[in-house]
Amino acid sequence: MTEVRSNATRIWLLHAAVIVLLLAGNFLLPEYHRGMFSRALVLATYAMGYNLLFGYTGLLSLGHAMFFAAGMYGAGLPVYHLGWDVPLVFATGIAAAGLLSLAVGVLALRTTGVAFMIVTMMFAQIFFLATLYFTTWTRGEEGLVLQPTTRAIEFAGNTISLSDPSTRYLVALTLFAIVLLVSLRLVKSSFGRTLVAIRENEERVRMLGYNVFATKLLAVVFSGLVCGAAGAAYGLLFGYVGSGFASSQYSILALLYVLLGGAATTLGPLVGTLFMFYVIDYTSGLTSAYLLLVGVVLIILILFFPKGLLGTIREKWLPWLP
Amino acid sequence: MSEILTVDGIDAYYGEVQVLRGLDLTLQKGEVLCLLGRNGAGKTTTLKAIMGLVAVRAGSISKDGATISKLAAHEVPRTGIAYVPQGRRLFAEMSVEENLEIGLMTRRKGQATKNRVLDLFPLLRSRLNQRSGTLSGGEQQMLAMARALCLEPDILLLDEPTEGLMPSMIARIRETVVGLREAGVSTILVEQRVDAVLAIADRVAFIENGQNRETLSVDELRQNPEHLRRYVGVN
Repeated sequence: MTEVRSNATRIWLLHAAVIVLLLAGNFLLPEYHRGMFSRALVLATYAMGYNLLFGYTGLLSLGHAMFFAAGMYGAGLPVYHLGWDVPLVFATGIAAAGLLSLAVGVLALRTTGVAFMIVTMMFAQIFFLATLYFTTWTRGEEGLVLQPTTRAIEFAGNTISLSDPSTRYLVALTLFAIVLLVSLRLVKSSFGRTLVAIRENEERVRMLGYNVFATKLLAVVFSGLVCGAAGAAYGLLFGYVGSGFASSQYSILALLYVLLGGAATTLGPLVGTLFMFYVIDYTSGLTSAYLLLVGVVLIILILFFPKGLLGTIREKWLPWLP
Repeated sequence: MSEILTVDGIDAYYGEVQVLRGLDLTLQKGEVLCLLGRNGAGKTTTLKAIMGLVAVRAGSISKDGATISKLAAHEVPRTGIAYVPQGRRLFAEMSVEENLEIGLMTRRKGQATKNRVLDLFPLLRSRLNQRSGTLSGGEQQMLAMARALCLEPDILLLDEPTEGLMPSMIARIRETVVGLREAGVSTILVEQRVDAVLAIADRVAFIENGQNRETLSVDELRQNPEHLRRYVGVN
């Protein structure tokens, strides 16, 4: 029992330390890297949403870009066309992703395994094509540029601009920290344990009296909400909403971040996202064929860390890592 | 004794292959009923049909007079029926404690239930933080039974619980089944070991070709051992 308690303390301390370090980054990082981190924190949040479904529940979706983009368009369209306030459109972004994930979940969860993967990919493709088709509203591939004046929050008589680099970093960090701590709480809860049990064997869970479909649907919706929040934040913080974010490439990116960092680890998505950001950043400075180098780095990584960076570290050295 | 479970003429299929053909069965309150039969006779399918894991196309299953064969599979355990499948089927990546908690959550049972279950299997108390996949076969079987008992069932379905275990473990499992009977839990046991059946069962149902050919008390079976040869091929 003492061991369990000390592990719980260690886990909370580790997560708190990561958040404090990232907070310090706002004051210590050079401008360029602070910008990189801001973007990485939002995409790591997106990857955390993906991790809930793929890492913990064992559902491999190839369509999560649609939830990210639903959050982005759900926030971006009302700002661009209707001039709504930032807090309101952040909520509409999350709501759009939540509703979409509910609808997609109800239909896609009738399938399992490879079929689930294909069905989610098809839904995402429909969403992507819709963003290209309704150009009057979305401006297709060209996308919508959200002016800094539309991305400001009035608070206690002050104007907080989301285009300010420091504000952008702190908002991205706040969103990341909230989702990280909620994820940690969630995976340690009875709901989280049920998700892991479903990943191990659905029939066993059903046999013990659990409504597996409802639990998986809840996981899809929760994952969709987190991805939507990340998408809405991305659009509002970086001032651009485009159909490229709904493309299959962004679904693959989430999978890649999670696999590299370690599926079913709470900090894996952050580690995987930062790793990819900096590998691409560094190699693209060496050659225009940088993707070749990225591929080699990924192969080496998988050879030595087959369960991703944190997944392998947990397996070999730190079994208490959540 | 009164009936707690009634299986009334059920048909069940795997795809288009009929496995159960109008099977009838009754389980009395507080008894251990053993299903005996050759491989492929339909014993495991009977348990799965009771749990709703195999669809019942004809006939019905009722518990305490209420039909349960129309319920979704996840609703059956909530009526107080727990199932320990063949091969234990634990969540190997989870700890012993997490496996127990998954069982406890179904019917919202708490620490008191967990303590009662751990009193039945004291060995598990010292292994609570151990990953269940690393337990020995006998310990895994104990955990599978403990997880099922966390539901505080009044009916327990056990599918070959002693398969592949060493004699000392087999004795422990038998003692547990007898102890549960004394605590009022009714049990349906699928078992290949005739000595175990004669030691702990109250009645024996002989399953052949998806039907219950005959149900005898253990005393009747002792007087008429030729049934064992006819239905199981054992002298």
